[in-house]
Amino acid sequence: MYSLSLLIGLEIDFMSKTLFEKIWAKHIVKTIEDGPSVLYIDTHFIHEVTSPQAFNGLNKRGIKVFRPKQTVATADHNVPTLNQHLPIKEELSRMQVEALIKNCAEHAVDLYGLGHPFQGIVHVIGPELGITQPGMTIVCGDSHTSTHGAFGAIAFGIGTSEVEMVLATQCLLQTKPKLMRINVEGALNKGVVSKDIVLYILSKISASGATGYAVEFAGSAIRSLSMEARMTICNMSIEMGGRCGLIAPDETTFNYIQGREFAPPAGDEWNKKMAAWKQLHTDSDAIFDKEYHFDAADIQPMITYGTNPGMGIGITENIPTTETINDTDRSGLSKSLAYMGLHQGEAIKGKKVDYVFIGSCTNSRIEDLRMVASFVQGKQKASDVEVWIVPGSKQVEKQAKEEGIDKIFEAAGFMLRQPGCSACLGMNEDKIPAGKYCISTSNRNFEGRQGAGARTLLASPLTAAAAAITGVVTDVRELLN
Amino acid sequence: MGKAKVDIIHSRFVPLNMENVDTDQIIPARFLKATTRDGFGKNLFRDWRYENDDETKPKADFVLNNNNFTGSILVAAKNFGCGSSREHAAWAIDDYGFRAVVSSFFADIFKNNALNNGLLPVTVSEDFLQAIFQQGNEATLTINLSEQKITIDTTGESESFEINSYKKTCLLNGYDDIDYLLSSKEDILAFETTH
Ligand code: SF4
Repeated sequence: MYSLSLLIGLEIDFMSKTLFEKIWAKHIVKTIEDGPSVLYIDTHFIHEVTSPQAFNGLNKRGIKVFRPKQTVATADHNVPTLNQHLPIKEELSRMQVEALIKNCAEHAVDLYGLGHPFQGIVHVIGPELGITQPGMTIVCGDSHTSTHGAFGAIAFGIGTSEVEMVLATQCLLQTKPKLMRINVEGALNKGVVSKDIVLYILSKISASGATGYAVEFAGSAIRSLSMEARMTICNMSIEMGGRCGLIAPDETTFNYIQGREFAPPAGDEWNKKMAAWKQLHTDSDAIFDKEYHFDAADIQPMITYGTNPGMGIGITENIPTTETINDTDRSGLSKSLAYMGLHQGEAIKGKKVDYVFIGSCTNSRIEDLRMVASFVQGKQKASDVEVWIVPGSKQVEKQAKEEGIDKIFEAAGFMLRQPGCSACLGMNEDKIPAGKYCISTSNRNFEGRQGAGARTLLASPLTAAAAAITGVVTDVRELLN
Repeated sequence: MGKAKVDIIHSRFVPLNMENVDTDQIIPARFLKATTRDGFGKNLFRDWRYENDDETKPKADFVLNNNNFTGSILVAAKNFGCGSSREHAAWAIDDYGFRAVVSSFFADIFKNNALNNGLLPVTVSEDFLQAIFQQGNEATLTINLSEQKITIDTTGESESFEINSYKKTCLLNGYDDIDYLLSSKEDILAFETTH
């Protein structure tokens, strides 16, 4: 018997595995026959919107958070992005933030709330503090938890009942998803950045193209990206329906983590982690359930015209017609365009823009702000456009000021606000008025997402900045020298 | 802390023949500020239901405002529940009075959230979905969870649907995942010491 089990053990070890499978296997506590597995969660992020009912549940059961040190909280969705030192004006928002403060205090959970130097959008602060690390399982009651997968972690969004489960047991019941790999090879064209890559993939595989899959992004174009740019891509893997998105960690990843607040300390601990992290890659002959290949050279600056993130086109292309659109979006095209006030077959370039929003967990990191600053330096915004730049965290805000980026924005007529989710979702004070067009670096263009009746055009920070200067949808390549 | 048990649901249905219905439509973000789970039903599909957010101005062409369609089953087109992870979407549908949602494709997180709240997501083939949409407003559906079968009563057409056997047991008995996890504490502690 002994030798048999040894043999099986060896066989399993020799089998080729994907990055996802390696991390998954290390976190299985046990598996229910014909059912899901108990998956151990290393890090649990929480915020004010999806956690109060979960804490109520714990309180009703009379139990405390099981592993408070593996739980990290921040306030982001409801917070104002001006005058954060004043009490939150809107009563319900204030109550939700206050509930978070109370719950964290009662359950000994670290909270980086308003006024704390680490406060910010949950998916910005985790990575920048070095909490997010390769090989981890990470969850949050927030679909864009997929962002953290950029470090080679299994990171996914959960509902509030599941938040309660993790608070209570540091575990979840999960079924292993199918596996997909999306390869992007080659060099990016001028004016094309990671947001364009992900909007391009979305336009090809649709807003439901990866439902049921964990998606690994690979290929030379992905490898060449910075951590910030990789996060932008994994952030939007949920927009394809993906359970999560991941990118194998490499030197870029390790260099980014090293020295951050909660990174493993230099010396033995760091070396041990590095040795483990270097194993985190998909074996060369591992098999995926589905695989796509894209050529970076085919990608141009992208923009969405419709009401799901899969409805995107190259900036110089015309809005599709019922004849030219893919099957997935055909039935929704008329409804989407009616909402957007756009027409089949017309050009999107040249369309008037009212608001420019540069922010959200997709594109509010220091690199995004630097990219925008270097583009707008010496330029002036169009007079009839309102431009909001919302840093992803206090640390990003501080760094932007230290680098003088705030001065460049001020000179251009852009408003640098304080950190939070802001106009990414119509939940706090920052809303886009009904009927107005907003070119936004966020991740969702759903009806009413940025405020009831608001019309969202998703694009990269560069394309958004170009529209801020000209006041219309613009091909940024024409302004780059 | 179990949930209501689910087994046979026999009811008329509300047809929402739209693809990619996202959770921002099911319950817009501005209604997520509550700290309890109750009362979300009145804001279900808020911006599709009312003109200018005004409850005295229901939009006549939206199906929830059409008295000819009622019942405890919501039938929607492909990719239902995509977008945000907000469980409030499942709470709103449940609180409004639906007990099951039928679609040809569900977004993952929504499906989990629904199951965790005793709201049954039933995935049918595209053909079967179209057959349902072709029925008149008097037609009824029967969803039998034990047999994993959905039937259009008027025509007798039926199809079987998939559900994870563990989840099925939970729904039939009103069990929660959290009860199971809490009962697994020893295993979890053992895991922690070896990892
Ligand atoms: S920035 Fe937008 S997408 Fe990101 S966590 Fe906040 S609300 Fe969600």
